[in-house]
Amino acid sequence: MVRIIDRRFDSKNKSAVNRQRFMRRFKNQIREAVADAISGRSIKDLDNGESVTIPSKDLSEPQFHHGRGGIWENIFTGNDQFSSGDQINRPQGGGGGGTGKGKASKDGEGEDDFVFNLSREEFLDVFFDDLALPNLVKTQLARIHEYKSQRAGFTNDGTPANINVVRSLRGALGRRLALSSPYRGQLRELQKQLDELLQTRSEDDPDVLQLKDEIGILRAKIEAIPFIDTFDLRYNNRIKVPKPTTQAVMFCIMDVSGSMDEDKKATAKRFFMLLYLFLTRTYEHIEVVFIRHHTIAKEVNEEDFFHSRESGGTVVSSALEMMKDILHSRYLNGAWNVYGAQASDGDNWENDSPHCRELLADTILPFVQYFAYIEITPGEPQNLWREYEKLVGAHANFAMQHIEGLPDIYPVFRELFKKKLA
Amino acid sequence: MSTKRQKRKQPLPAPGEWTFELIEAYHAEIDRVAKNYGLDTYPNQIELITSEQMMDAYSSVGMPVNYHHWSFGKSFLQTEKSYRRGQMGLAYEIVINSNPCIAYLMEENTMTMQALVIAHAAYGHNSFFKGNYLFKQWTNADAIIDYLIFARNYLTECEERYGEEEVELLLDSCHALMNVGVDRYKRPEKLSLNKELTRQRERAEYLQSQVNDLWRTLPTPHVKAQAVEEKRFPSEPQENLLYFIEKNAPLLEPWQREVVRIVRKVGQYFFPQRQTQVMNEGWATYWHYTLINTLYDEGLLADNFMLEFLHSHTNVVYQPSYSEPWYHGLNPYALGFAMWQDIRRICENPTDEDRYWFPDIAGSDWRETFDFAMRNFKDESFVAQFLSPKVMRDFRLFAILDDDKEAKLKVSAIHDEEGYRRVREILSDNYNLGSREPNLQVWNVDLRGDRSLTLRHQAYQRRPLSNDADEVLKHVARLWGFAVRLEVARDDGSVEVLQECRQDRRKTSDA
Repeated sequence: MVRIIDRRFDSKNKSAVNRQRFMRRFKNQIREAVADAISGRSIKDLDNGESVTIPSKDLSEPQFHHGRGGIWENIFTGNDQFSSGDQINRPQGGGGGGTGKGKASKDGEGEDDFVFNLSREEFLDVFFDDLALPNLVKTQLARIHEYKSQRAGFTNDGTPANINVVRSLRGALGRRLALSSPYRGQLRELQKQLDELLQTRSEDDPDVLQLKDEIGILRAKIEAIPFIDTFDLRYNNRIKVPKPTTQAVMFCIMDVSGSMDEDKKATAKRFFMLLYLFLTRTYEHIEVVFIRHHTIAKEVNEEDFFHSRESGGTVVSSALEMMKDILHSRYLNGAWNVYGAQASDGDNWENDSPHCRELLADTILPFVQYFAYIEITPGEPQNLWREYEKLVGAHANFAMQHIEGLPDIYPVFRELFKKKLA
Repeated sequence: MSTKRQKRKQPLPAPGEWTFELIEAYHAEIDRVAKNYGLDTYPNQIELITSEQMMDAYSSVGMPVNYHHWSFGKSFLQTEKSYRRGQMGLAYEIVINSNPCIAYLMEENTMTMQALVIAHAAYGHNSFFKGNYLFKQWTNADAIIDYLIFARNYLTECEERYGEEEVELLLDSCHALMNVGVDRYKRPEKLSLNKELTRQRERAEYLQSQVNDLWRTLPTPHVKAQAVEEKRFPSEPQENLLYFIEKNAPLLEPWQREVVRIVRKVGQYFFPQRQTQVMNEGWATYWHYTLINTLYDEGLLADNFMLEFLHSHTNVVYQPSYSEPWYHGLNPYALGFAMWQDIRRICENPTDEDRYWFPDIAGSDWRETFDFAMRNFKDESFVAQFLSPKVMRDFRLFAILDDDKEAKLKVSAIHDEEGYRRVREILSDNYNLGSREPNLQVWNVDLRGDRSLTLRHQAYQRRPLSNDADEVLKHVARLWGFAVRLEVARDDGSVEVLQECRQDRRKTSDA
């Protein structure tokens, strides 16, 4: 007597709960690993999980065991050379010496670090946790919907402004035709009789008069059918549909003039990465445009963006001009959500800064979802900052922050998106 | 094996892919042969699972249901990693000591492997679970699944009520004491779900009142300190730390005591398995080998089936020698299989040597001897009783004495006339959990003072405790609620306090 049960399809992922527990417990180590990973990755390389290493001592489940030392006597197999009483040197590394007995725990592996893989989702979750975004903000972040109004046929009720005349009259006509058709049939019949009668009789014949009366009554009945009735009215229907927010373009603008050193660039990279990460949460497809500039701007690939060296003066407007051109030529067909991020040390050619502000306000900000500017400088804000400050109140989709060093970056990022949602 | 192959039957088909019909057909034949050999088993329940489910089962200590804990998540990740990398094949099977006996077959196995696993687990292990005295005494196959369900539900309820963190910390502490949380000698009560449920609340109240007794012995402030005769508590040293804590820790809440009890029960449940590895695996291996070969002799199995079967079987019983890099000690499958085969040989074709060493069983009925050996021994005594000189020679066993006071290791005995008894003795001792694991006892509770708990490590052969003992001690202190001291009693009679872990929870809870 045997029962054979097919369990292959039930209770998959039974260990998922235990996995979560494990993740929660080692949150700190995982968080560190994620932070390390970020510094080593390309901005766009976020579609992967991360392998996390946890020192085995942190993971240990301690138990009372024997340690090394004392007297041990153990049995081995495959004797090929020994006789009773032989003396042997201790093997180096303590491998087969027998004292290891107490360490033969179920973890077997010994002192190796524990490595496991975070899935992409888990990786990002940790990352966002790291930013200390409140849950509410997080869910809002996940749900940025754009709506657009769209025709959706016709409805029976609505506001007078939305009356569709053609539809309404067509309905009325149909109704009138339908309601009058029995009378019209009779009418045609009577008219025919009348015409035949008039062939043989005079106009005053009583039969003729009677027919004329009947015809008159029928006409009156047809006349009495209202030309238009309330239920003929049709209204244009408009519904809001969420605009598919599936793709976005992100402009990264960075000052690579002589005053931007490697540290500042590293800070800027963090910032761009964070923004990119945020966008991956919301959009399925993201393009990144890298524009670097000193006195002239240039569109480059990521490698050049972060690593090539330039020097010289600074004309920020050159980059904004270029962004505007690219934006208008490639990304303004309505299918793109546009984000801009600019990093600079704020040291601009004095006369250029007002021009930058105008460029931003007139040709860029109206078309972007969000534009963030960070100024990476240890000291007082520079002239570009002061110009940009004038934009802050007027444009809800513009934000700016001042960063002194790497440690400031997370709070700043948080600040930026708080602003966005406020 | 009998060689009568005159009754040539049509062999069972042996395709790579298994089907339910085939599993049933193979099972029916294996069952028939097993009955002929007189194997007494629980009814079988065979469950087909995926590799992922196998890893699941693996990581929750091989049980189909278990409570949640991060350590199971950890072991799942570990298993998954090495499996994905191909470092480790999954076990072909997991078998659960329950009634009906549940055997898991993995989806990926070929038909041959499924047949092997059925013979190995559903008849080998199953009959061992049902017959061996340790399993009979210590585990209750009828109730284990129900109990685990009860345990999981209870812990879930606790998590809801007291928070996951709190429960997790408690479980951590209990797990740290799991291997010193078993009764080695006393017989436990049988598990029963109904009893557990109905009496759990009563027990909680009762236990709390017992603990109050402990409090009552504390001196009240206005009574002058008097020379009361030092009363020992516990009156005798206790080996089961978890049991002692469950019953006596002054500050535990009733639900916490119940959790300690659950961990203790689960640990206790696996205790017989740890004591019968060689016997149990050897027995199961012996029977899959014998059952399948019998079917082959009857002409029921095709040659391609047998070749694959022998290939797997050979892998299972492979024993590398000490100098090979993949040597990881004695392979219990290999040793066990060899010993059972050897016992049958001694019964059927004894040599003079066997008659000298095993006068009782040489020439006896092998089925009866098998039954007797399977029922009444554990690894330690099984080796001491049945390890023959022939097996020692075949394995070329030798003993190494490692004394940390000596500069060199010493070969203390080998597989020769002078060495047989010594080798056997040492091997038996190696399988004795009592000497393999440190001997820790609850020694004393300072009833009239700070209520500190003293644990004593009876050092055997000067073997020290490993470094994580101080971590474990913290766990003990967390459970006990007051200071905990660990001392060592050496073979020469000296006693020394190794470490102390202070924890006064009253202050925090009173504040």
